[in-house]
Amino acid sequence: MAEIIAAALVNGLLTGGVYALVALGLTLIYGVLHIVNFAHGSLLMVAMFAAWLLAAQGGIDPYLALPLVAAFMFGVGWALYRFVIGRVSHGEDRAILLATLGVAVVLDNLALVIFTGDTRQLETDLTFRVWEVGPLLVSVPKVISFVVSLLLAGALWAFMARTDTGRAIRAVAREPDGARLMGIRPDRIFALAYGIGIACLGAAACLLLPTFYVSPSVGNVFVLVAFTIVVLGGMGSFPGAVVGGLLIGVTESLGGLLLGESLGPIGISLVFIAVLLLKPTGLFGSVR
Amino acid sequence: MLEAPLLAVRALTAGYGPFQVLHGIDLDVAAGEIVAVLGANGVGKTTLNRTLSGVTRARAGSIRFDGQDITRAGHDAIVAAGLIQVPEGRKIFPNLSVRDNLLLGAWLRGRPERTRSLERVLAIFPRLRERLSQSAGSMSGGEQQMLAIGRGLMAQPRLLILDEPSLGLSPLLTEELFALITSLHAEGLSILLVEQNVVQSLAVAGRAYVIEHGRVALSGAAADLADDPRLKAAYLGI
Repeated sequence: MAEIIAAALVNGLLTGGVYALVALGLTLIYGVLHIVNFAHGSLLMVAMFAAWLLAAQGGIDPYLALPLVAAFMFGVGWALYRFVIGRVSHGEDRAILLATLGVAVVLDNLALVIFTGDTRQLETDLTFRVWEVGPLLVSVPKVISFVVSLLLAGALWAFMARTDTGRAIRAVAREPDGARLMGIRPDRIFALAYGIGIACLGAAACLLLPTFYVSPSVGNVFVLVAFTIVVLGGMGSFPGAVVGGLLIGVTESLGGLLLGESLGPIGISLVFIAVLLLKPTGLFGSVR
Repeated sequence: MLEAPLLAVRALTAGYGPFQVLHGIDLDVAAGEIVAVLGANGVGKTTLNRTLSGVTRARAGSIRFDGQDITRAGHDAIVAAGLIQVPEGRKIFPNLSVRDNLLLGAWLRGRPERTRSLERVLAIFPRLRERLSQSAGSMSGGEQQMLAIGRGLMAQPRLLILDEPSLGLSPLLTEELFALITSLHAEGLSILLVEQNVVQSLAVAGRAYVIEHGRVALSGAAADLADDPRLKAAYLGI
């Protein structure tokens, strides 16, 4: 029994790494734009199809395609904000919210038209590769996705903390008027931040692909989890997204083991409610 | 004034939606001058500043800075030209460290000399040096005002607009602030000082404008204005 629980723990922790990456993009966008990005799941789906096409049609390994897909998704996010979301928002938060929802509906249905509702699975050389660690069997692609996710989270944190652009993003998030008087253009920073948040999805898609299926509705699997993580960790908090991602990964895995696949997700809700009862702003959240 | 002034505002009107706030302002600042803009709350001082900085669009009239027409220029182009504003309410970045706040002051202008500017600002405000890695929002109001001015200086302003810098400061800190303004001016900085604090502003300024209902009600040498009975009348709106 102990071994099964240990295996579930490790597996959950490894899955939590990608959750953290998806949530990181969401929390970055929330922190800067103060909106919940309803298009997050759909854009993850787009990224997964992009990576899948590169692999299935172009024969490019998803891991090698990661920088490419991340850059592509940055462009998609940047352009979406610049030409759609920012345009229709007129600076109003609820308009931005609805715009992201509209983008999600359009993307989901476009994907259905182009790819049909079929579920596709990519098998790479690593898909079924496992490491034996003592009594445990650890999936190699999950270890890779965990490590790369945390490295990317660290890189993003360093970018936000140490570069001028990162400083400007944080400045605009709290004081856009003050930023304007320094010559910073908030509209450009918003597009940049949205692009970076979506680029996280590009990376996450490539890390997921060797072990996860692709379908037009695949985003739904992750988006609810990502929303949970962002609120649980504290809206807009980077450490919150990472710790929350790992916590939810483990909870989901243990819940599935102890309560079964259908009842397992109750565990996530229980942890979620417990955290918010004890700390309503989330683990790392602060009152503004 | 023989040479063209550094800042020349002519018949400027501005407002928000249906509300016209400025009804034709004429104002000059020559290089090396301290000019005070005085007036009670709500007469349009902050709107004037926002329009000068390009955050609010001018409706009519013209603004020339350093010989260049900036009436319709974007806020970034105005910063790039060296017209820097330290806004009312400071508007520092509370979630950033003091150092990051200062570094962002040189986002668009003065970036190559950023390290030297930082040293200079820290020499002017030694208290900021002690707090470099502290988050700006955790500082006292007076320290935040120093930071706001320091951040403005990081952009190497050719003209510095100070909007209500003494607002919310204790009398002692206000005293310190006006001493600082005098010493910045002595180093050659041109300053447009927008204040409610009439007595101290007139003491440091060379010339002054009194704004009333979006118009210049009174202007002239600061020393003359200080004794002018119309000043009190204009200021109290009687």
